Amino acid sequence: MPQHDEAIRVQALNKHFNGVAVVKDVSFTLHRGETLALLGANGAGKTTTISMLLGLLLPTSGTITVLGEDMLRHRYRLLQRMNFSSPYVDLPRRLSVRQNLMFFARLYGCPKPKARLEELAQDLDLAPLWRKSTGKLSSGQKTRVSLAKALINAPEILLLDEPTASLDPDTADWLRGYLQDYQRRSGTAILLASHNMSEVERLAHQVRIMRAGEIVESGTPRALLDRHGRANLEQVFLDIARNQRQADRTVEEALS
Amino acid sequence: MTGRLYAMCLRHLYLLGSSWPRIFELMYWPTVQMVIWGFITMYLLQLSSVIAQASGLLVSAVLLWDVLFRGQLGFSLSFLEEVWSRNLANIVVSPLRPIEFMAALTFMSLIRTLIGVVPAALLAIVFYEVSVFALGLPLLAFFSCLLVLGWSIGMMVSALILRVGQGAESVAWLAIFLIAPISAIYYPVDVLPPALQVLAWALPTAPVFEGMRAILLDGTFRLDLLVHALALNAVYLALGMFCFLYAFHVARRRGLLLQVGE
Repeated sequence: MPQHDEAIRVQALNKHFNGVAVVKDVSFTLHRGETLALLGANGAGKTTTISMLLGLLLPTSGTITVLGEDMLRHRYRLLQRMNFSSPYVDLPRRLSVRQNLMFFARLYGCPKPKARLEELAQDLDLAPLWRKSTGKLSSGQKTRVSLAKALINAPEILLLDEPTASLDPDTADWLRGYLQDYQRRSGTAILLASHNMSEVERLAHQVRIMRAGEIVESGTPRALLDRHGRANLEQVFLDIARNQRQADRTVEEALS
Repeated sequence: MTGRLYAMCLRHLYLLGSSWPRIFELMYWPTVQMVIWGFITMYLLQLSSVIAQASGLLVSAVLLWDVLFRGQLGFSLSFLEEVWSRNLANIVVSPLRPIEFMAALTFMSLIRTLIGVVPAALLAIVFYEVSVFALGLPLLAFFSCLLVLGWSIGMMVSALILRVGQGAESVAWLAIFLIAPISAIYYPVDVLPPALQVLAWALPTAPVFEGMRAILLDGTFRLDLLVHALALNAVYLALGMFCFLYAFHVARRRGLLLQVGE
């Protein structure tokens, strides 16, 4: 039964491509004001899971409940209350920063777009970039603008796919700090897909580690460290990955 | 809904407004085509009694053909702008519905077509004293028929790009020329071989251009040709909309929406 503080509830989610399962029986719950991190190697199923949460991809089976409503049935209504950012998706390069943000403010139906733009400009120090072409920004500047786009509708749920990929350590650190501060102020639920273990340790309240489409570990960062007797999540992650490789080798040897 | 449509149009108007080469490019080809065919007309006037009867025949045909071409290109290129700028994923995870996306692209196609064709039509009056506006109210009907067919083909081309990726983008430039030989733009349907005549009458272009010739050569407005074109347009528009919406559905099932543009 969904609780009123649940932002996302995923139950028995599966996705098959041409008969091959890429997401297998994935279930988790993300609460309001909480950050849940999906960890996993390339091809583990993180981006596929996020794509299904956004409705970019239809699940083969399973249910996705967002803010108490069925995502598949009420997708467009729910997307108005969510937002998304990924380093693999750009904003139109030829538009100025202000034009881009105005476009997205209107697309998301912000009631007072100009006021919202001013708020974000102040919060993220965007005013000096206002008239600059988005394509001419440095990666640090682009990060701030992409974040402003992701926050344009004051989302109740924010989905971030590798938010600090390709950022220098200083900008990445600034972004993590900003996200923590923003979440404290707004109560936004954040779903984070990342390869960066220190980032996950800093931001996440809950962690799910995915391997070959399945969730193989779950808990708070502290609980995972205790369970594996490790000092950091990177070592936990490597333990899981190496155990899998060892298991694969054993199966291959048995078969041969 | 209107807010989201306005947002999409605003995005493309920002793009057009910030780049004079884009506006210039929109006007360039229709004007060049009109100038070339204008001079050909002036030459043929000395040789042909048919051309002498209706000196605006070729220039009007060129301008109307460009309505179809710009209409199709306007839709396909506005869609491709999102693919080229890797912005499609941002749009499909927004509250914008595919049908609203389609409506915004058709509106932008209308704007792009008007920017391209109206200056050429005005220059034709200045250069050759040929006014396509002399066709009167039927011009509006022809313009609408060709524009709607352009949208329909643009929807099919965009659906193909969604389905197979950016490799299909050249189709946006080529698609329209596939039907040019049987569209009866510069010559009547009668000159085509019988089998091609059947194909020609299955396209809305042939009745439109035959209707244009009926006005310019005989001074008569053929309502039957207009009804023929409108009926076919309804079929092609429904087909185009189905292809576009179905391609979106398939892309969601197969996970293609994040990959388009890569």
